[in-house]
Amino acid sequence: MKELVVISGKGGTGKTSVAASLAVLAGNSVIADCDVDAADMHLVLAPQIKEHHEFKSGHEAVIDIDKCTGCGVCLANCRFEAVSQHAKIDGARYFKIDPVACEGCGVCVRFCPVQAIDFPERLCGEWMVSETRCGPMVHAKLGVAAENSGKLVSTVRQKAKSIAEDGGYGIVIVDGPPGIGCPVIASLTGTSMALIVTEPTLSGEHDMQRVLSLAKHFRVPAAVCVNKWDLNPEMTASIEEKAKAAGAAVAGRIRYDRAVTQAQIQEKTVVETDAPSAEDIRSIWSYLNL
Amino acid sequence: MVIAVASGKGGTGKTTVSVNLAKAFGSAVQLLDCDVEEPNAHIFLNPSVSSEKVVNILVPEVDETRCDGCGECSRFCEYSAIVSFGSKPLVFPEMCHGCGGCARVCPKNAIHEVQKRIGVVKSSEAGNIVLIEGVLDVGVAMAPPLIRAVKSSLNKNLPAILDAPPGTSCPVIATLRDVDFVVLVTEPTPFGLNDLRLAVDMVRQLGIPFGVVINRSGAGDDRVHAYCYEEQIPLLMEIPDDRKIAEAYSRGSLIIEALPEYRGIFKGLINKISELKEQALSK
Repeated sequence: MKELVVISGKGGTGKTSVAASLAVLAGNSVIADCDVDAADMHLVLAPQIKEHHEFKSGHEAVIDIDKCTGCGVCLANCRFEAVSQHAKIDGARYFKIDPVACEGCGVCVRFCPVQAIDFPERLCGEWMVSETRCGPMVHAKLGVAAENSGKLVSTVRQKAKSIAEDGGYGIVIVDGPPGIGCPVIASLTGTSMALIVTEPTLSGEHDMQRVLSLAKHFRVPAAVCVNKWDLNPEMTASIEEKAKAAGAAVAGRIRYDRAVTQAQIQEKTVVETDAPSAEDIRSIWSYLNL
Repeated sequence: MVIAVASGKGGTGKTTVSVNLAKAFGSAVQLLDCDVEEPNAHIFLNPSVSSEKVVNILVPEVDETRCDGCGECSRFCEYSAIVSFGSKPLVFPEMCHGCGGCARVCPKNAIHEVQKRIGVVKSSEAGNIVLIEGVLDVGVAMAPPLIRAVKSSLNKNLPAILDAPPGTSCPVIATLRDVDFVVLVTEPTPFGLNDLRLAVDMVRQLGIPFGVVINRSGAGDDRVHAYCYEEQIPLLMEIPDDRKIAEAYSRGSLIIEALPEYRGIFKGLINKISELKEQALSK
């Protein structure tokens, strides 16, 4: 079973449009939408949700104001600026924890001298298993301002892999998040190949180089494609040179095509329309030879 | 005043809005690039870097001569960053949040904390702009400590614009903490609208006044406009879908320099933000 992850470094280069098209071209694959804090694949693949799961991860510290003696040990120990001081009506001081800043380390809970801090499990989002016209799909929604996106990505990927193994699917297509941090690392490690979608801009080039270093760091083979390549042909050539120099393959070019947005509005993938760039995505798919 | 420029979806034009807004300020302004995974503001400003500071977090180191393998550190750690199987513990620094708990709970005082580098904060100047930029080392998972380091360099006596990372998770939350106003940049497409809704939920939960900028206006449909109208979200500015803008961006040029007719529009954005912030304060 092969696992292809589509990433980009820079956001908005066309990862999801390309990944959804590849899922259609693969015909029968398992799809994992790992951009869990801004998931968009469901907008073009119209998943029928079969299973719904809560994603609980980590804990959250909560001070019981009635038990708090106002000693301030929690404030002194917190390294995440999550504890703040307040005054009760009678003037007595107490402390509060900002749930958004709290990273759930448990130090304040352990060292509170009067055990005034609870440590309940934190609900961080949900994940779903669905059916689409091109195979099963696992996707998720991270809670508003929630932590642990990396763990949610790992959950989605593991489920997609086990569906592929149990159902005899040959390929898992992973739509990754932008950036190079924790959810990207969780999407990338251990995959068979990373397809990096970039654009012919200085930002696209800069960000591609960082994400290529990341793929190299985790020993994942990488192939690069330049989307909207004809916006700046010289820059495209320079990006392809840099990709090759960094040891990546060049999988192809996708032309600038306004029909891509129209496909999105019709809730279709690019290759299901007569958009001129559909041909470019098909040739990338045959290059990848998965 | 501290203004953050954010978006749910990536690539909608956060950096474009941030750098042009900073330039249009005219007077001294700080620009903090908090997209530390992929910082791009410098590409448009060509600043001369005047200082660079290494940022570290504290991670545990075990003194094996003192450790008796009791496993207390491993049971305490919420991040599986220190693991013991009835033996001397193994440390996984890339999982560590740097809370310091393991060192404190160790009954044998066998754990002390050492510095682990996660990236750098660079400071530089370009005309009226002081650029403070975080650059995360490749392979480091956790951006928030570096974002906090970038923000700790902020001079509170000068206005500041924060270029946020995309999405709605911890790096964005770390950026938006304690800002006065959020500009949400989106594009008029189904993906743009879906991710704008997520970003609006986030900003509302944080209780920060905000407004929307629509980039590539005309490229898609009018559902983003309709959504802003229904939700009574102020529309701050529209940037038309203009190939000349895309080309200027691709070369790393500022819109207000390549196409001076936009200077007034960005000035207008500053005024609108100030008004809305005043309104929010008076409520």
